[in-house]
Amino acid sequence: MEIVLALAIGVLIASGVWLLFRPRTFQVVIGLSLISYGVNLFIFSVGGIRIGAPPVLDPAVGGAGAYTDPLPQALVLTAIVINFAMTALFLVVLLASRGLTGTDHVDGQEPEQ
Amino acid sequence: MPTSFLLLALIGLPFFGALLAAWLPTHARNAAATLASTVTIAGLVCLVLLHGATFDGARTDIAWLPSLGVNLVFRLDGLSWLFALLIVGIGALIVLYARYYMSAEDPVPRFYSFLLAFMGAMLGIVMSGNIIQLALFWEVTSLFSFLLIGYWHQNANAREGARMALTVTAAGGLCLLVGMLLLGQIAGGFDLDVVLGAGERIREHALYLPTLVLILIGAFTKSAQFPFHFWLPHAMAAPTPVSAYLHSATLVKAGVFLLILLWPVLSGTDAWYALVGSVGMATLLIGAFAAIYQHDLKGLLAYSTISHIGLITLLLGLGSPLAAVAAIFHTVNHATFKASLFMAAGIIDHETGTRDMRKLSGLVRFMPVTASLAMVAAAAMAGVPLLNGFLSKEMFLAEAIAQSSTRPFNYALPVLATLASAFSVLYSLRFIHTTFFGPPPTECPRTPAEPPQWMRFPIEILVLICLVVGIVPGLTIGPFLAAAVDSMLGPQAPNYSLRIWHGFSPALLLSMTALIAGALAYALFGKRINANSRGAPPILHRFQARRLFDGAMAGLVALARGLEQRLSTRWLQPQLRLLVLIPLAIALAVAFVAGGVPLSPQLQPVDPVFALMWVVGAACAIGAAYQAKYHRYVALVLMGGAGLVSCLTFIWLSAPDLALTQLLVEIVTTVLLLLGLRWLPIRLEQLRAFSRASRWRMRVRRGLDLAVAATAGLSVSALTLAVMTRPAPDPISSFFLERSYADAGGRNVINVLLVDFRAFDTLGEITVLGVVALTVFALLRRFRPARETVAAPPQQRRQNDYDERHAERNVGQTLRDYLMVPRVLMQWSFPVIAVLAVYLFMRGHDLPGGGFAAGVTMSIAFVIQYMASGTRWTEARLRVQPIIWIGAGLLTAVAAGAGSWIFGYPFLTSYFSYIDIPGLGPAPAATAMIFDLGVFALVVGATVLMLIVLAHQSIRTPRHVLPDRAGAEADALPAPEPASDAPQAGGQS
Repeated sequence: MEIVLALAIGVLIASGVWLLFRPRTFQVVIGLSLISYGVNLFIFSVGGIRIGAPPVLDPAVGGAGAYTDPLPQALVLTAIVINFAMTALFLVVLLASRGLTGTDHVDGQEPEQ
Repeated sequence: MPTSFLLLALIGLPFFGALLAAWLPTHARNAAATLASTVTIAGLVCLVLLHGATFDGARTDIAWLPSLGVNLVFRLDGLSWLFALLIVGIGALIVLYARYYMSAEDPVPRFYSFLLAFMGAMLGIVMSGNIIQLALFWEVTSLFSFLLIGYWHQNANAREGARMALTVTAAGGLCLLVGMLLLGQIAGGFDLDVVLGAGERIREHALYLPTLVLILIGAFTKSAQFPFHFWLPHAMAAPTPVSAYLHSATLVKAGVFLLILLWPVLSGTDAWYALVGSVGMATLLIGAFAAIYQHDLKGLLAYSTISHIGLITLLLGLGSPLAAVAAIFHTVNHATFKASLFMAAGIIDHETGTRDMRKLSGLVRFMPVTASLAMVAAAAMAGVPLLNGFLSKEMFLAEAIAQSSTRPFNYALPVLATLASAFSVLYSLRFIHTTFFGPPPTECPRTPAEPPQWMRFPIEILVLICLVVGIVPGLTIGPFLAAAVDSMLGPQAPNYSLRIWHGFSPALLLSMTALIAGALAYALFGKRINANSRGAPPILHRFQARRLFDGAMAGLVALARGLEQRLSTRWLQPQLRLLVLIPLAIALAVAFVAGGVPLSPQLQPVDPVFALMWVVGAACAIGAAYQAKYHRYVALVLMGGAGLVSCLTFIWLSAPDLALTQLLVEIVTTVLLLLGLRWLPIRLEQLRAFSRASRWRMRVRRGLDLAVAATAGLSVSALTLAVMTRPAPDPISSFFLERSYADAGGRNVINVLLVDFRAFDTLGEITVLGVVALTVFALLRRFRPARETVAAPPQQRRQNDYDERHAERNVGQTLRDYLMVPRVLMQWSFPVIAVLAVYLFMRGHDLPGGGFAAGVTMSIAFVIQYMASGTRWTEARLRVQPIIWIGAGLLTAVAAGAGSWIFGYPFLTSYFSYIDIPGLGPAPAATAMIFDLGVFALVVGATVLMLIVLAHQSIRTPRHVLPDRAGAEADALPAPEPASDAPQAGGQS
């Protein structure tokens, strides 16, 4: 399981990094979203992965060892919402930049070829 | 009244007054002056009431950084009381004087606001019972002196002078801060009493010398001591009340105060003697010599100030208790005569229109009272008997003689001291003679006359003090000086006598020699000095510290510019590449040095379904990366696919809360990006023909980027695997699992973590969310879409054409009828989704759900209405005010946190108990629920705000394009709905 998740995170990050280097603003926005998926999964996985042990307490199950680590999950939960805000902000900045400069190039002007 | 109240009132009043003055209308000169005098007089009253308490040392503590053992301490003893009296007393006189000096056109309330704040900061320095706090107020005085000197900011000289003063004094202030940190470290505490009690240890410590040098740099820059003296003459571009205040009783005296304050701790070593003594002597002589040659009245006074502060520094440098007494005494005397002289110079400037001594003459006939006052003050500066300056100068000369026998090379001391005194006589005489005597002035811009009576009043008071202290010192300044000396020196306090007549002592002889020599020199060389063309002393004018300063500043700027040109780029892509490459290279290097990443062989068996799921997920991610340039809509869908797979992963790996939130956020993100797609330019493959060479370059660039991306991905994979398979060292998480139900009454540990254990984090995060939403709102208010995107989309045009061709149809009817059945279903779904949101919220504490998930759900309910029926239709029926939701949410969350203060618990402590609900049984009710409600409201507001301001862009555009059809469209169409925008934008790309 670990190896699958690790490779998945790697693919997400690699796709995101590739897009980060591209010249069009929309590519960068998509790239950042992909990176944030990868990062969220990474932070989530730091506590180790377990199947069937959600951190919702059940009086019938005793002991802290019966549940997965809740702390990374709590961190990722807010990160998901903040990622949305970040995407929105980037989108609006790129729209404003497009309106102001007339191009969707990340530098606000088309490169000379 | 209790002492602590008075102390806090004394320090707080000026800042409070400054705030009030800042709110006054720009030209409310009288109101501002009244306010400032009220504040200063109240301050004086506080001081008088506090006088009795200072014998034992008045003190009040406020916890500031308790974890570092640093408290805010305000204290007053005899010494600081005397300085505070100078600050507030002369401040009060300056306030009165400035009312008449400042022109009605100036923004006078701003002036008073700065002046009061500066006074407060000065009081802060002398009242600080903690050396860090002292350094802090020190920097505040630098800031406000900058604002005061640059008050006439339309004048380039004022800006220049202010900037120079700030650069020099603030840089010195930083040195002082480091010195204070070292001092506190050596003494074992930052409290002043601790420091003062550790004198022996400090002087013997290995770090004594660096500490001393740093603190002295602070004091010397502030007090304009050689070689940092050059900023002071340039600060004369300030309004005269500012010069009179800053350079008599306050700013330059801050350095003196610091030296006096730390004298018992730092003095008595050879290093102290060598540094402080020689700097003081150099400043004394250079300042006095330069003062002689000035043509500007204020310039003369500026250099004389430098020289007199040098004298005080020299006295402190001598290290003997008697010299220290003389230093304190001269500080007071200098403040009185220098403030009155500055104010007299200001009156002359005000009434004649010039300060140039070559143009002034014979003013005694036009302003006899001012002239007499200025003459008395100048005589005090020269050290004429029966005036206060004479007494402290005699003490200085006596000490110079006394010290000459104890140390080598000190035979020069009395000689140089007498020389400097003679210079002082010379420039004082020149000041008086050229300005007030001789023929009537011919080149003055205005005909001189006496100033208003109240403008002269502050000078009268100060000159009276000069006289009274000079004639009966024992009855006037005596007790105050004794108290100051006592609190400075304690048991070391020497016997001294404050009398005019000590018999024919050697000091008297030197004093008389200086008077006669100075007068003689003026008689002999006066004409030549007055005629010198430079307004600067011979020889010395070649060595301008100012030029060094300017050179250093220019060098710094050039260096920064050069570095920027070489090391930085304006283009985003190279920056991002560096941002990825540098950490990647470091990480790889570390891994290489460590011999690879340790991987544990114990892995959980791979579930083929999970693997298959991620094959799809990875394909989606790669596909999104591949399509994001020419097929944005496809890329968006594929990105959503990757998001869904990570959502499934959360479910699979025991994180239902994350899965829920991810799923919901996925929905709003997709809607958001769909809304944005419309405004992006059409981008078609093979739009541009590239040359062979540039195609090659492009291929190489892409190849490199792909290699970097792949390396980054592989590295993160390896890192993840290493982290995941490593046993976590004693995680703190078991604490949360064990306490979640017992201490917070919640079974869903994630939710309890968010709203209780780590609620402060969450508060910060929702604040960020609100700020981002408002930023999006603000950015879009000024949004101007690109020209080609403002027309109605082709699909809409086709629909309208269809309507136009058929006579029985109205234009826009097709669009209105579009997807009618799903639209009705969507409208009807609003209450259902709202109930779902409430359900998610209510169960959040015990089961997956909570404020975040419920908030996003609720915002989806709103957004669906917009998508189904268009902006206008929805807003005609549903009043959504997301900004109010944001505000209410944040306030609720903060109030829930602050509520625990009422019960005496720290911020955000939560309380819970079980309530028996009939029919449902006992249910936990925690105050954290209220906090969660705040989170909920804020998330709803922020999400809805971001989405609908973007949606609103569609209804404001068609008006100013397509002028022929704009009217028809605006009337006929419900709106170019976001819902129908999205697929069209996709079709375009």
